[in-house]
Amino acid sequence: MNIVPTRTFAQKYHVKTIAWLTLFVLLVIGTAKMTGVDFVMFFANFGQFVVLLQQMAKPDWQYTSLVVQPILETIQMALIGTTVGTLVAIPFSVLAARNIVKNKFLRGIIRFILNLVRTLPDLMLAALFVAIVGIGPVAGVFTLAIFSFGMISKLFYEAIETIDEGPLEALQAAGANKTQLVVFAVIPQVFNYFVSYFLYTFEINVRASTVLGYLGAGGIGVYLQRSLDQFAYGQTAIIILGILVVVLIIDGVSNTLRERLL
Amino acid sequence: MKQLTVSQTSLRSKRYKWLFWLVIIAVIYIWGITGVQFTGIKDSAGEVSRSIAYGIFHPDWKYVYDGSGEDLVSLILQTIAMAFLGTFISAILSVPFAFWAARTGKPRFHIRSTSGKLVLTLIRTFPEIVLAIMFIKAVGPGSFAGVLAVSIHSIGMLGKLFSESIENMDFGPSEALMSSGGNRSQTLVFATLPTVLPEFLSYTLYRFEIAVRSASILGMVGAGGIGTPLLFAIQTRTWSRVGIILLGIIITVTLIDFISGTLRKRLV
Repeated sequence: MNIVPTRTFAQKYHVKTIAWLTLFVLLVIGTAKMTGVDFVMFFANFGQFVVLLQQMAKPDWQYTSLVVQPILETIQMALIGTTVGTLVAIPFSVLAARNIVKNKFLRGIIRFILNLVRTLPDLMLAALFVAIVGIGPVAGVFTLAIFSFGMISKLFYEAIETIDEGPLEALQAAGANKTQLVVFAVIPQVFNYFVSYFLYTFEINVRASTVLGYLGAGGIGVYLQRSLDQFAYGQTAIIILGILVVVLIIDGVSNTLRERLL
Repeated sequence: MKQLTVSQTSLRSKRYKWLFWLVIIAVIYIWGITGVQFTGIKDSAGEVSRSIAYGIFHPDWKYVYDGSGEDLVSLILQTIAMAFLGTFISAILSVPFAFWAARTGKPRFHIRSTSGKLVLTLIRTFPEIVLAIMFIKAVGPGSFAGVLAVSIHSIGMLGKLFSESIENMDFGPSEALMSSGGNRSQTLVFATLPTVLPEFLSYTLYRFEIAVRSASILGMVGAGGIGTPLLFAIQTRTWSRVGIILLGIIITVTLIDFISGTLRKRLV
């Protein structure tokens, strides 16, 4: 006896799919209204955009020598910021790891703080730190330190949670205390991951640091803003090319090192 | 005896290797520290951070909603709308880029895929604020410029993630269709797209989370959303206003991350 499979009404007329699709279309239309999307104007003014691109296509090569120093400053900011952020992140990540700290309450508080820090966008932190410490690369270093702290502590505690429990139990059985446990059982297992994540965060920070200067937090972003304000798009093009070269080099070096580590 | 000397030399070379890396790291850090002078910190730093902390704990509740369209709720909604629409447009634009950049054969260098990857890297590195400023020149200040900036900038990351999921997809269905006589477009529509769609959607949601964060700062250059009043409040030092906006952004980002995370778990 063959039984023909029957479909319910909802399945037959794809009610769920149609409902999701309708909701989605309504959302697209609603958001388009809310943000004032006007593609007629966009295509009418597209000529201006093309003119801008044409100006950018003629880089002002003489500007190159002026750009080198601020780009190096950007890398220095990213390096120090990432290092400070990492150093602060290490104790926090140990406290947030499920297999080290059994106290649910303490872990919950630490994770809540980390989640809060991660919600803050980098440029917003930059604006705050420029107001606190004044215009200059120090504001950028603080921004990147906080920014990388949020990111790296999450990566670190997730790495700690994946370690092999064996060495931990062995040390515990031999009577080691918490500090000894972390130093002799946890750190040797996660060290390579830590270095790899540090390099990854450094890559992201180099990218992020190139625009921080736009709000006065040092580095190449200061020059970026100046060239855009003066409508010197040839200089903007040089700066963007410089950023591209640096990001590619840093990404390449960091990727090679990370592949060798893991 | 001989073996011992071998192990000794290898031990020594290992020790020198450590030393080598240590020296390199030390040199890099010395160079790094000389570049950033920590002397330029303003004397008022402590006072300002205290007033910021005071502002954050005493937010300006009146700003939350006043019906003018320039309040926190309307601007946050506008920010989410910018991120949503930008990510949506970007996801559509990313699909052709992904097929361009995906490497489906074995060779390490392939003109089509390598050029596609290069273009995606270029888009990814082009700073989003510069894009926003360029679009402001074309369509005027406002959230539409922000939508355009998000939609172009996101192609860099979405295209890369999409192309990776095409590279790693299961070729079974498309091979089955080809062997039963399906042409290229039929294979694409009935085998390739259905296979990669869940992953595409999941990556798009993930990118939407990032877009909400970046949309909230695009306003700092005049591209709409909550960024404009935030920068204004920081510059005029109205810390209670800054406090309420920070709270708004934190709550929004946390909520969006939670909703999107739940949806992504159901997708994959």
